[in-house]
Amino acid sequence: MAYKIVEKNCTGCGACEFECPNKAIKEKGAAFVIDPKKCTECAGFFDTPQCVAACPVPKTVVMAF
Amino acid sequence: MTDSNIVPLSSITRVDPAKPRLSGCSAKSNGKATSCGSSAGQDDLPEAVWNKIQDHPCYSEDAHHYFARMHVAVAPACNIQCNYCNRKYDCSNESRPGVVSEKLSAEQAALKVMAVAAEVPQLSVVGIAGPGDALANAPKTFHTFDLIHAALPHVKLCLSTNGLALPDHVEQIAAMGIDHVTITINMVDPEIGAQIYPWIFFRHKRWEGLEAAQILHERQMEGLEALTAKGILVKVNSVLIPGINDQHLVEVNKAVRSRGAFLHNVMPLISDPAHGTHFGLTGQRGPTPNELRAVQDSLGGDAKLMRHCRQCRADAVGLLGEDRGAEFSLDKLTEAKPYDPKKREMYLEVVERERGDRQKAKEMAQMPEKIEETPVLVAIATKGGGRINQHFGHATEFQIFEVTSAGAKFISHRRTDKYCVGGTDNSDAMATTIAALEGVAAVLCAKIGDKPKQRLADMGIIASDQYAFEYIEASAITWYATRNACDVAASA
Ligand code: SF4
Ligand code: SF4
Repeated sequence: MAYKIVEKNCTGCGACEFECPNKAIKEKGAAFVIDPKKCTECAGFFDTPQCVAACPVPKTVVMAF
Repeated sequence: MTDSNIVPLSSITRVDPAKPRLSGCSAKSNGKATSCGSSAGQDDLPEAVWNKIQDHPCYSEDAHHYFARMHVAVAPACNIQCNYCNRKYDCSNESRPGVVSEKLSAEQAALKVMAVAAEVPQLSVVGIAGPGDALANAPKTFHTFDLIHAALPHVKLCLSTNGLALPDHVEQIAAMGIDHVTITINMVDPEIGAQIYPWIFFRHKRWEGLEAAQILHERQMEGLEALTAKGILVKVNSVLIPGINDQHLVEVNKAVRSRGAFLHNVMPLISDPAHGTHFGLTGQRGPTPNELRAVQDSLGGDAKLMRHCRQCRADAVGLLGEDRGAEFSLDKLTEAKPYDPKKREMYLEVVERERGDRQKAKEMAQMPEKIEETPVLVAIATKGGGRINQHFGHATEFQIFEVTSAGAKFISHRRTDKYCVGGTDNSDAMATTIAALEGVAAVLCAKIGDKPKQRLADMGIIASDQYAFEYIEASAITWYATRNACDVAASA
């Protein structure tokens, strides 16, 4: 399981990137993307997925499936 | 890069304290008859604080005519949500909504600053203010400052923050020699805060409502106290939101002044549905110029409001208010240009002379003996340098001076949208300009077309380009004196 970023909503602010404990988030073009292989949903680090909590745009960081 | 009608300017350093000061601000110590941004007397400020303010382009009205600052947009991320902000655009904490700026890496930012310093010898301050929060990703901000400081050690560094992360970074701010910090504080009451901030991201959690506002408030006060305890200058910005915090800003003022903020600056909410902000979409309006002025005046007892703040764009370049950002956009930065300290030294000499001349012109302008003492507001179109050197149609803002027989005193800036771009008049935008000139008796500018002049005349506003390229205060006083002479002649 992993999270993903809805590209068309992403402002590219990068607030999610440096909060990720697994360095799973990288800039790609104007938006950011989550590497599903690295994303652990923050398990073992935090109660809430950091990217979801940090992202200022509603419905932008969502479950990958 | 031709600014032929600007006084050729260069950057500032500390003025040698042993030399007599020529600046118009020196009159401040008697606590009156000054037009300086920070116009309180020296009396109620510690001397160390006063010295820091004297020549800072953002704080001293006199200095900001001659020296320049720039902001580098290295901080796109934010850790709070404000109802006046839509993250698709820049934050209005020190920038203008609706203006999308470039995003820079720390290295790109340093390159840009060096390119600007090579072209603009007056560059003296570099700030990080957004477009998000400078401390949301603090390591990047500090890395950027490190690079800039290594390349240009004379440049002052400053930052703007919402304060949430501030207490965690005060030690490092002090260690890096950052001596000016701006905190945006819109409330000291969480009940009011909850109407402004829907959520914050703090300690790896999202907080909402009252709880969020309470945490933000406590962090802001803690950060402010810690900074002032270290002798760092702290300016507080408040966004005036009619119906939400307009009455409350008096409380904010007390709270921040008692914690050592040397300046409390109130700026207007800029609200437009087109910006997609919560306030814009829900019809929350911004204040009128008169409402803004009334609030600024209600806090004016301490007389330290910095009325010079123009909510500059985060990547603005050049003299305060003069927007040269486009000249230094990222795609134009290929390599760092060599920086020549000589240019800057020469500039400093020019500045000393100009400041002296300007002060003399102000003193020599003859005031009439007896006049009716209703202060008159005069709007000035200027690009800087303390002169009337801006075309009316190109002015994006006016400096408003209050003129009486006692002299001309700068009181505020009023922003307008450009109504004339490339020679085509857009009458709607002219309406915006006219609204911005509410209550003003005259506009002095470098040039003005017949049509706009007539429209202003219809509104009872006199427009004149008779004082083109002259010093502001002297011209305003002369205009006032002759105006009264005419009045007397007419009534006789
Ligand atoms: S859920 Fe956690 S681990 Fe996954 S991308 Fe977001 S911050 Fe990184
Ligand atoms: S925080 Fe949201 S908007 Fe910002 S880069 Fe990440 S996904 Fe995009």
